[in-house]
Amino acid sequence: MEILKTYKLFIGGAFPRTESGRYYKLENKQKQVIANMCLSSRKDFRNAVVAARKAVEGWSGRAAFNRGQILYRIAEILEGRKAQFVAELLLQGSTKSSAEKEVRLAIDRCVYYSGWCDKYQQLFGSVNPVATSHFNFSVPEPTGVVCVIADENTSLLGLVSAILPIIVGGNTCVVLASESKPLCSITFAEVLATSDLAAGVVNILTGNSKELHTHFASHMDVNAIIYCRENAAEIKAIAELSSMNVKRSFVWNKDWLKAENENPYLIMDVQEIKTTWHPIENIGVSGAKY
Amino acid sequence: MVLLIQSPTIDQVGVEERVARLMTRSIKKESELEGLKLALNMIDLTTLEGKDTVGKVKQMCYKAQHLADDIAGLPTVAAVCVYVNHVKTAKRALVNSGIKIASVATAFPSGNSSRKVKIEETKMAVANGADEVDMVISRGEFLQGNYNFVFDEIAAIKEACGPARLKVILETGELSTLDNVRKASDIAIHAGADFIKTSTGKIQPAATMPVTLVMLQAIKDHYDATGIMVGMKPAGGISTSKSALNYLVMLYETLGEKWMTNEWFRFGASSLANDIILQLGKEKYGAYYSNNYISKD
Amino acid sequence: MGRITAITISVKIKFYIQNPKRQKRTPSSSNIQIIESSNYQITKMSKIKKTFASYDAAPENTSHIDLKAQYDLFINGKFVKPQSKQYYDTINPATEKKIASIAKGNAKDIDLAVKSAKKAFESWSKTEPKERAKYIYRIARMIQERAREFAVIETMNGGKPIRESRDIDIPLAANHFFYYAGWADKLDYAFPNRKPKPVGVVGQIIPWNFPLLMAAWKLAPALATGNTVVLKPAESTPLTALKLAEIIQESGLPDGVVQIVTGFGDAGAALVNHPLVNKIAFTGSTEVGKYIQKAVAGSNKKVTLELGGKAANIIFDDAPIDQAVEGIVNGIFFNQGHVCCAGSRLFVQENIADKVIQKLKDRMKTLIIGDPMDKNTDIGAINSKEQLLKINNYIKIGIAEGAEMYQTNCALPSQGYFCKPTLFLHTSQSHRIVQEEIFGPVLTIQTFRTIEEVIEKANNIPYGLSAGVWTDKGSKIFNLTTKLRAGVVWANTYNKFDPTSPFGGYQESGFGREGGVHGLLPYVHF
Repeated sequence: MEILKTYKLFIGGAFPRTESGRYYKLENKQKQVIANMCLSSRKDFRNAVVAARKAVEGWSGRAAFNRGQILYRIAEILEGRKAQFVAELLLQGSTKSSAEKEVRLAIDRCVYYSGWCDKYQQLFGSVNPVATSHFNFSVPEPTGVVCVIADENTSLLGLVSAILPIIVGGNTCVVLASESKPLCSITFAEVLATSDLAAGVVNILTGNSKELHTHFASHMDVNAIIYCRENAAEIKAIAELSSMNVKRSFVWNKDWLKAENENPYLIMDVQEIKTTWHPIENIGVSGAKY
Repeated sequence: MVLLIQSPTIDQVGVEERVARLMTRSIKKESELEGLKLALNMIDLTTLEGKDTVGKVKQMCYKAQHLADDIAGLPTVAAVCVYVNHVKTAKRALVNSGIKIASVATAFPSGNSSRKVKIEETKMAVANGADEVDMVISRGEFLQGNYNFVFDEIAAIKEACGPARLKVILETGELSTLDNVRKASDIAIHAGADFIKTSTGKIQPAATMPVTLVMLQAIKDHYDATGIMVGMKPAGGISTSKSALNYLVMLYETLGEKWMTNEWFRFGASSLANDIILQLGKEKYGAYYSNNYISKD
Repeated sequence: MGRITAITISVKIKFYIQNPKRQKRTPSSSNIQIIESSNYQITKMSKIKKTFASYDAAPENTSHIDLKAQYDLFINGKFVKPQSKQYYDTINPATEKKIASIAKGNAKDIDLAVKSAKKAFESWSKTEPKERAKYIYRIARMIQERAREFAVIETMNGGKPIRESRDIDIPLAANHFFYYAGWADKLDYAFPNRKPKPVGVVGQIIPWNFPLLMAAWKLAPALATGNTVVLKPAESTPLTALKLAEIIQESGLPDGVVQIVTGFGDAGAALVNHPLVNKIAFTGSTEVGKYIQKAVAGSNKKVTLELGGKAANIIFDDAPIDQAVEGIVNGIFFNQGHVCCAGSRLFVQENIADKVIQKLKDRMKTLIIGDPMDKNTDIGAINSKEQLLKINNYIKIGIAEGAEMYQTNCALPSQGYFCKPTLFLHTSQSHRIVQEEIFGPVLTIQTFRTIEEVIEKANNIPYGLSAGVWTDKGSKIFNLTTKLRAGVVWANTYNKFDPTSPFGGYQESGFGREGGVHGLLPYVHF
């Protein structure tokens, strides 16, 4: 007899069940139940934000090179479990070729963003030639805790494509997975849990956006929110509630299959530019000779 | 040897910004006139040349007492400053004038000689009638890190001065950094200097506003800690009324009114007096004045 | 007579350094005569009648200022009367006297302005970038030519000292245009692998603390990137923006590229909510910023917000103390403290707190408060009666909270809105005066013991605009600049601005950057 997998949540590096005890049934096209998914509550979200906040200092403080190594490790583990993801995608209604393509792209995306970890700073930072005797430079820094309401139409690719540019730059995140295609999200969490990614850097919830989006947008300890769906009412509500703490709010309603939707500008959406000034002593400069 | 005086660090750019801001002070009308007269009264009229002669020193001493007789109410300068061998001449020329005689000593301007010679020279200056001695510190020793040597030398010269006031020339143009200027100031102050002075006038740059500000702040810190006043003398390169007023503004805003007298502040300068007279002449005659009307001694 | 040898003196100084209170001076006074001040006065000056204790008045010449009695709205290249036909008085906060009548623009005027901008966008966005640059360069030059006039008007209308408007506001405004002019034909290099396009009609709302400079910060990048603009100046300080409108008109910039609509909050709200506006750039309070963010929700309008702050200015015991004191003064008393990035929370390491505070008090005594038009004035007039009431209220709150207040006993002018520079000692993070933005010359002082403690406290606010760090140790600076959550960190300096330097906040201090290459991003899309 086949052992069925229990899909739980991923919070602070652990796999708890929803504290609410609520579930929703995931059915395939034939209306057969394929899994019981956690219907995350506001409190699960709150716990996830606490875990994400706790992880910011450690993750953002890591060497950029080290973050790159970890992201590459994610690609490696993902590659090793390719078959499992393909199987889950098939279970959720994908064709074989589209399932294989989606997994392939997800792996490639990990490799792609892994490489950005120690490069985007050089591209988007600057040394600014101010007119006074000061050394002045600007560097990108992580915004902090970022919430994501991930793509509804893909199970793996949209999730991965949103998470990666966020964590490349040292942010941590809380992600609500696709409600109708949630299986890969929790399996991806298992990948993350075995990839040297510190606990709390990525937290994954399953459940209902209608129920959770206002809590995502109004949480005062969340620095940014990214919405990857097309519900205009939710977009508006999120943007409105974001104003409570001047949350950075973005809509990434993108076709993640397209190559153009992997780019460093997504990394920069959740980066802050910090500018530092320091005086330059110029004693003796008049004597400099070339 | 370890330096036990803890001098604060100095940020050069910050000092220059403060100076730039002080220089935007606009001194007009009565304040300007009084300021110029005060500056005149703070001058150490100086001749320190290899070609100094009895005649030259006498002429300068006469000038010191008669800056511009056609302008009423002018003060005299504070002092004349000469080499040791001209102290007697100056003493005779300035008798009953109230103008002090300052003598450079201690192997001025390089300071490269033995302690014994320096002490003897100091004693000779005082014996010949100098009211004030302008010594130079041993910059070589300072830059080698022999701070106690520098300290001890200043203390020894102070002792040799007896009743004469000691001005300690740091020769800031050779100290390279403002951190060093501050450190040398602290050493001189603690070793007994009555005045600290920027320069010999023989090295460029001589007195500058930033250097003077750092020295004034050292004086202030010492005063705040001990209640003891030390004087300040920027010397060399201050030749215009405008810049003299800038220095006075800086003095006023750093050390306050107590220092606004020639007892505690001096300008070491040779051509500043005439520029001030040029400005005062303009006030008197209501038109821009000319150097042709001012004696060049 | 027991002679002091050099060696013993050397020992004594060490003793002195270690025990500064036990021995006042070495060498000892028995060997060396300390000249008493009474003995030494020579050729005594007739008592200086007017010492520098109060410099004589040095007023800036205002005779060359050309101001009209009434100003209209600048729409579509022309000065037009407001639809409401209503005007309001703009005053000089230093004298409370009226300077001119200003058109009171409303939603109808905003609508006209936005439509002109929309129309002008068609051709302006297609104008050859090199040509766009020339217009902006020309505006920069014209501001430089009329710099003194602008400075005088800025001071007259806003109350800031002429020294600041002359040396900081106006030159920086001109430089900002000059800097961004050069970007107009180089935008493809600013964004790797992207072709930037202008966003369209930009609505810009600016505050009263740096009226012309903020107009420059907003207009220059918007024009360089090919957008057209409707700018609303703050109601209390419209004059330099209107003088800028005159320059824009003279410069030959095509009609409709820039409109300047004066008025009150309703005009600002109409601009924010206008459906043809593609982007809002706002500088002002966090409260209004939140309103704007909410108002544009779901509209696809781009937004950048530059909001409030409550910056920590941190002094370590190894700091260059005298320059740090200067930095404290510059940090909080610059522009009467009407600065969003003001260093309003001072943190001093406990072992040097007494020294720093004494030096700060001494320095404050030399600050000259009064007529902003006097070239020697350090602290001018508070911008408006309303703001003065707000500041005074916070001072009352601080006293009621039990913080120890210090003010110098300088005399304030009998007319106009003035506030003494104020310190509050012995404060903590739980004081309201520490938490809330006062936007006035009021500094709260806290002490700290360790670097962890000060980082935690510095970040213990919802704002994140700026911070200051003073220490001689480079590695400590980089530790702090990395950990302080603020968009601008000044190390061993404070309140420095430059067109090439991005400025903007973290958290509730807003988002988006102004200045530098980063300042282009809010005005383009890919």
